[in-house]
Amino acid sequence: MKEAVVLQEQYRKIDFLKIKKKQKRIRFVKGMLFLLPSMILFSVFLFYPMARTLYLSFFLTDNSGATTVFVGLDNFKNIFTSPIFLKSLQSTFLFVLYTVPGTIVISLFLAVIANEKLKGISLFRMIFSSTMGISVAAASVFWMFLFHPTMGWFNQLLEAVGLEAIGWLTDPKWALISVSISTIWMNLGFTFLILLGGLQSIDSHLYESAEIDGASYLYKLRRITIPMLSPTLFFVITVSFINAFQTFGQIDMLTRGGPQNETNLLVYSIYQEAFENYQYGTASAQAVVLFVIILLMTLLQFKLGERKVHYQ
Amino acid sequence: MTMSISKKLVFYLLLTVSALLLFAPAIVAFLMSFMSSQDILTGKILPETWTLDNYIKAFERFPLFGYLMNSFIVSLLITLGQLLLSSMAAYAFVFLEFKGRDTLFFIFIATMMIPFEASIIPNFQTIRGLDLLNTYTGLSLPFFAVAFGTFLLRQHFKQIPKELKEASEITGMGDVKFYLTVVLPVAKTSLVTLGVYGFLTSWNMYLWPLLSTTDDTVRTVQIGLKQLQSQEQLNEWGVIMAGGLIVVLPTLILLFLGQKKLQKGLTEGAIK
Repeated sequence: MKEAVVLQEQYRKIDFLKIKKKQKRIRFVKGMLFLLPSMILFSVFLFYPMARTLYLSFFLTDNSGATTVFVGLDNFKNIFTSPIFLKSLQSTFLFVLYTVPGTIVISLFLAVIANEKLKGISLFRMIFSSTMGISVAAASVFWMFLFHPTMGWFNQLLEAVGLEAIGWLTDPKWALISVSISTIWMNLGFTFLILLGGLQSIDSHLYESAEIDGASYLYKLRRITIPMLSPTLFFVITVSFINAFQTFGQIDMLTRGGPQNETNLLVYSIYQEAFENYQYGTASAQAVVLFVIILLMTLLQFKLGERKVHYQ
Repeated sequence: MTMSISKKLVFYLLLTVSALLLFAPAIVAFLMSFMSSQDILTGKILPETWTLDNYIKAFERFPLFGYLMNSFIVSLLITLGQLLLSSMAAYAFVFLEFKGRDTLFFIFIATMMIPFEASIIPNFQTIRGLDLLNTYTGLSLPFFAVAFGTFLLRQHFKQIPKELKEASEITGMGDVKFYLTVVLPVAKTSLVTLGVYGFLTSWNMYLWPLLSTTDDTVRTVQIGLKQLQSQEQLNEWGVIMAGGLIVVLPTLILLFLGQKKLQKGLTEGAIK
């Protein structure tokens, strides 16, 4: 009798476990079904291409991109001894150096002055964020005119004050700077919007109590605004860095990498190597370099921003 | 908080000067698009006579209307795809508990480390291999899945009380029904934010449309503008500017309408 009861109990336990297991499986299938569309697309258009790029970087290819000869690390050796690619890397880093601080400082200034409660402030906010709605192609067209050697406003202005005209996009000394200026303008809208959002989420009590203590405007800016804004600032800086490394459109529209490869930024160099010279192997090696740079930037963001950025 | 009048004046001065400087390139383009080519060549700042000729020419010489439609279709497809996929993924991460969820979440984070620009070569080959070059599908499909959208929606889904989910389970409501009838309506604002952002970025895409289209039937307006710029004579700046303004008008309107939501939504998605 006793044994029978025990047995029954065991059966019940097994049943219970079975049901629990089944439920677990159902929950797993359900979760996967909700995530499947994203996972498939990530695999096809992100993970597979990344692996494939790495694979291609070890091969020579024919014109259609099919692999022909395994060459090991030769593609990497080639690009790192190629003066054109090294120039491209140098230009890319200079471009990042010009555009990131410029974008951050100007948009921070704009966000701070647009954060005041004044009549008509929403109009100013709209104007400041407007470049976010202006595409790279359109912005390039606008700036192309401003940079125009004879009709452009910059040279007209120089002429008016009696200075010599500058070949903004054709002079190797100026081209990268000109492209950087127009890029800063293109980035301002987005950066401004994020920073303004960050400013508005700062607790106003902090300012009120500082005011009671008689703190000056600049003191409040330095001691409350900037520290409280640091997570947002950090995010914007990282995003700007990554965007700068991925710049393509304005190069294609304004300079096509010239003059003398001065503005041949990394992504433009990859594009040319792959889709104009059909050198998919070396182009892939360059893409791997780009990937490593972005990877390091993102890891740095997670590492440094760990305390500030919560994902779970 | 009250401000003294002099302080207010300083702020208004700073705001106005900044706004003028910032908006100058767009204003110049706007004015030029209404100028005759003679006005442009003589370096006028304001048009002597306002004319719509440049706009008429831009539409006549280029299939601009078709380009606009293409951009509209592609952007709409991407926006809808992103909303659907991101909301489904965010739902799984917030409301479903299953083995491997954290690993999958980590994979989503990892996707942010892979720049699309670094994987264009295989992507081009894939789309070509699937015979999807010069199709709306080929233009939009690679952008349906976005980690950013998933994170943004996840933040908002998390604010929905867990009790609602428990109650729905007791009444025997399935997950699909709960997702469709409770979660999506409640999170409407954040869906709109993501939608506006998705539309803006897809409308402004440049590199991928350049690679994946070779004929006019599906070409987007950004690439059309590149064509316009490279084919026009240099003294036809008015036509080019008119083209540029047509390209930015839809996104500027969308941005102005959704600016407040965008600012709030993006900050939350980015920082929290």
